[in-house]
Amino acid sequence: MNPRVVLSFKLAVLAGLVLFPAIGSSFYVELVAKILVMSIFAMSLALLVGFTGLVSLGHAAYFGIAAYTVALIAPEYEAANLWFVLAASVLAAGAAAFFIGLFVLRTKGIYFIMVTLAFAQMAYYIFHDTALGRSSDGIYLNVKPDASLFGWMPFNLDEPLHLYYFILAAMVAVFVLLAFVLRSPFGRVLAGIHSNEHRMKSLGYATQRYKLAAFTLAGALAGVAGFLYAVLFGFVTPDYLSWHQSGNVLLMVILGGLGSLAGAVAGAFAFIGLQEMFSDWTKHWQLLMGLVIVAAVLFMPSGLAGLPRRIFRTVNWGEDDE
Amino acid sequence: MSEAMLVADRLTRHFGGLTANLEVCITLERGKLHALLGPNGAGKSTCINMLSGDLPPSAGRILLEGQDVTGLDSAARSHRGIGRSYQRTNIFPQFTVLENCRLAAQSRRPRPWRIFTDAMKTRDTVERAQAAIVEAGLGGRELRKAGLLSHGEQRQLEIAMVLATDARVLLLDEPLAGMGSEESAQMVELLRKLKQNRAILLVEHDMDAVFAVADTITVMVEGSVLESGPPEQIRNSEDVQAAYLGEDEHG
Repeated sequence: MNPRVVLSFKLAVLAGLVLFPAIGSSFYVELVAKILVMSIFAMSLALLVGFTGLVSLGHAAYFGIAAYTVALIAPEYEAANLWFVLAASVLAAGAAAFFIGLFVLRTKGIYFIMVTLAFAQMAYYIFHDTALGRSSDGIYLNVKPDASLFGWMPFNLDEPLHLYYFILAAMVAVFVLLAFVLRSPFGRVLAGIHSNEHRMKSLGYATQRYKLAAFTLAGALAGVAGFLYAVLFGFVTPDYLSWHQSGNVLLMVILGGLGSLAGAVAGAFAFIGLQEMFSDWTKHWQLLMGLVIVAAVLFMPSGLAGLPRRIFRTVNWGEDDE
Repeated sequence: MSEAMLVADRLTRHFGGLTANLEVCITLERGKLHALLGPNGAGKSTCINMLSGDLPPSAGRILLEGQDVTGLDSAARSHRGIGRSYQRTNIFPQFTVLENCRLAAQSRRPRPWRIFTDAMKTRDTVERAQAAIVEAGLGGRELRKAGLLSHGEQRQLEIAMVLATDARVLLLDEPLAGMGSEESAQMVELLRKLKQNRAILLVEHDMDAVFAVADTITVMVEGSVLESGPPEQIRNSEDVQAAYLGEDEHG
């Protein structure tokens, strides 16, 4: 596909997201904000699963750790400073990913899936069952953080619209950051590890360090998502770290198409959009969701990201593949 | 004037009760090509795997220019100047020829923190890759996908990738495997050029090629060195003939 067509499509989607609050009701604005947060979460996992070949089934741990960090350090009845709690949450998630990565990256394949899940379950039970998590029901974040910067207040997160645009800006920033990372020398090493890690080692790459860096970065970006989620909904629960959450974000990445950032975003939109739609129709929505996932894997092996190319090819209209 | 680059000193490797290599000694010299011959199961692959760092030895030492590198893994040995190609083609099939070699060159100029730099536009890695591609005889194929190259070209690419890491010691595991006679002849020509300022270990089954290009030949049988010496000596050795032709003829 022509890169210019792809870029115009992405810009059109972005314009749609910028203009959306003008037409959407507050319910839908909040829903789209939630999807944007989950897009960040899905992109962070895509860095591991789609680009490095590390299938983590415990990615919700870093999302939840960041969410709990803001809930725990914010004062109960006053606003915390946004930039401080954002940095603290992202650092906490990144540090957790670094330390857990030191252990889990010693394993490969199915064992990697199992130990990432095991560590995430441990994190879940820390917040569910110990005094640190305060209560298994979760914690309220009563006051939204205050965005002031040296006395200047660029925006106010108590305003739903400001919050929406703050989240949209964060999503775009993460997208652009990851797009840069992926084409950088570091990103090319990750692609090489994905393709043939053994050969990367024999070419002289300490692949373990690169994987640890990717795992830490992915954890920190999942932390950005977890932080925004806590701020958006004003409370955190241990469910944020549950293996359902890890499974859902993995499904978003697979649904969107492995190896594509835009795919991860599309996967988040499709997954949450369908979830909302099906749960309106029936309380057995998970059954329908399961069918959609099976159909998607069968009929769209390259996910939503591969769809435009397939459509172009069937109408025999776009450019050649290679 | 010969100069020892890589020395294998009594390398031994056990797999459980099986001794795959027993006190193997090999010396690779700059400007020389050293061929490793032997029937299947003689332990050639075990030996090259120990030299490259893919497999730790059970006993013995490996010296690179006098320094002990036995404890280093393959990535660290690559940085010391040991490069290896594989018997079964081991490339990045989805990447272009250029990107295969550029990644190899990038391992010497990693820049992991320059995340806003476009890797494909780091001129030094691209130039190093291009030079290696030309040296290995793949000039003009830079933008082909590696997986779509012919078998012989993929073998050349294996070598180009090693060259792009600036390796001074080349460990080549059956680079002629599966090649036609014309491709083989080209590869022999390439080996002759490559050995001029490097030390090469060649594991190979193609006798004609080995005798055409080797300066020293070591023959292994059942994990041990049977005989080592210049090609004429090996050609006329009764022990070697016995090992290859079967023992029944000599009783």
